[in-house]
Amino acid sequence: METQLTQDITNNLFTINNLWMMLATALVFIMHLGFASLEAGLTQSKNTINILFKNSVIPAIGLLTYTIIGFNLMYPGESYAGAFFGFAGLGISASPDDLTSTYNIGYTYWTDFLFQGMFAATAATIVSGAVAERIKLSSFLIFATIFVGLVYPIVGMWKWGGGFLDTLGFYDFAGSSLVHSVGGWGALTGVIFLGPRAGKYVKGRIQPIPGHSIPLAVIGVFLLWLGWFGFNGGSVLSADPGLVSLVFVTTSLAASAGAIGAMSASWSFLKKPDLTMTLNGILAGLVGITAGADLMSPMESIIIGFIAGVIVVFAVIIFDKIKLDDPVGALSVHLVCGIFGTLAVGIWGDKAGLNQLWYQAVGVFAVAIFVAPFTAGLWFVLKRTMGIRVSEEEEWGGLDVGEHAMEAYPDFEKVS
Amino acid sequence: MRKIESIIRPHKLEELQTALQEAGFNGLTVSEVRGYGRQKGHKEIYRGSEYNLIFVPKVKIEIVCASGACEQAVSIILDICKTGEIGDGKIFISPIEDAIRIRTGESGKDAL
Repeated sequence: METQLTQDITNNLFTINNLWMMLATALVFIMHLGFASLEAGLTQSKNTINILFKNSVIPAIGLLTYTIIGFNLMYPGESYAGAFFGFAGLGISASPDDLTSTYNIGYTYWTDFLFQGMFAATAATIVSGAVAERIKLSSFLIFATIFVGLVYPIVGMWKWGGGFLDTLGFYDFAGSSLVHSVGGWGALTGVIFLGPRAGKYVKGRIQPIPGHSIPLAVIGVFLLWLGWFGFNGGSVLSADPGLVSLVFVTTSLAASAGAIGAMSASWSFLKKPDLTMTLNGILAGLVGITAGADLMSPMESIIIGFIAGVIVVFAVIIFDKIKLDDPVGALSVHLVCGIFGTLAVGIWGDKAGLNQLWYQAVGVFAVAIFVAPFTAGLWFVLKRTMGIRVSEEEEWGGLDVGEHAMEAYPDFEKVS
Repeated sequence: MRKIESIIRPHKLEELQTALQEAGFNGLTVSEVRGYGRQKGHKEIYRGSEYNLIFVPKVKIEIVCASGACEQAVSIILDICKTGEIGDGKIFISPIEDAIRIRTGESGKDAL
């Protein structure tokens, strides 16, 4: 009788946990629409089809590569504990036990796979925004496939798959480093190999290229904020009431403080409150809290979010000054604030301390020395073989007509 | 016949159209244009970088009328579109050799 009751309680808990994890998966899914809207909004109307095309295909590539190799590269099993690399074979399949609480009290094998799979494409989407408006579609798709199929799961394994960073004591709750910095490094090397957009620097001066739809960018950022409840909230890996609700609070407070941080910084230093900077500030706060969303008090999450919001404004300006042309601010948001958020775990919250700060720094460094050279090599090979940049003529005319022979707004008057 | 082309402030268009219609000018062509004269553009800031919006958005109207009616049209435009500030626009007047209504083939003043 009593064992039956225990069994029922366990089953109910398992069902509730799994339900939350599937909902979180769906929330992470909607982030891809957020990225698509944000990137389309912050770029020119003549490149809209191209941006949306990349953002439509990347989640598809991400899910498929994650099915074939990614999931088993990232979670190769306990026999690879402490390792740099592991692989548990091709494809996904579940035994009957994998679909009960024996697999995990939080989720079934399928939920586990899909939740992690939804994350995978995010790293490549980050690159998409930074290299927008000039990259050749075919080369980008090859890059994206290798990036989400190999680079992302290999790095993810180091921590989430039980690899050497996990053994060391490195902490990254939902991926300030493992998702955002990974994407950020790939974006940085891409921007370096590509060079700035035509017309961005005229006689050494910065010529701003305003995005064509700020309302679309706002929609994108709010979708991303919504999706982040799943990104961080799901990373609890169960429906633990205390933890999930704390994570919701820290996530929202960091996003809010990020907005205020970026608003204050742009208003004080750039004369006007810049909306696109404030949008970047919201994302900066979200990326900043991601590594320690379950460790921070409300006050600490506000401090982290605010600092990230201020940092992002100056990062955007500095990247612009050193001629690393990033139309959407992906480097500032994901790379810079990803690193900041990772280090923040050693400075604030339950794990704060010099030892932890050192582990965090090692994690940042490990991601950098693997992803940056690897992606640089990949861009180099692509540049030498098929080329990574469209012709200047195509760039002026827009990638929509050049790459797709389509227009996003065929019945609109051309402005430039 | 005369053609009156006038560059005006966009928000004056509706009032001007009503006044011209009431005065018996039964036809007007409008285009959205950009340009500059004494009124230079203004500065905008995007993500921390300032840039000049050199070409100011304006509306251009075109009216073709009998030579005798030209003065009246000009005075209506002056009356409505003048604010006294830089950026009110300009009026250009030129002679028109002929006009033809495509539907009927009528020409000259009958076509207006």
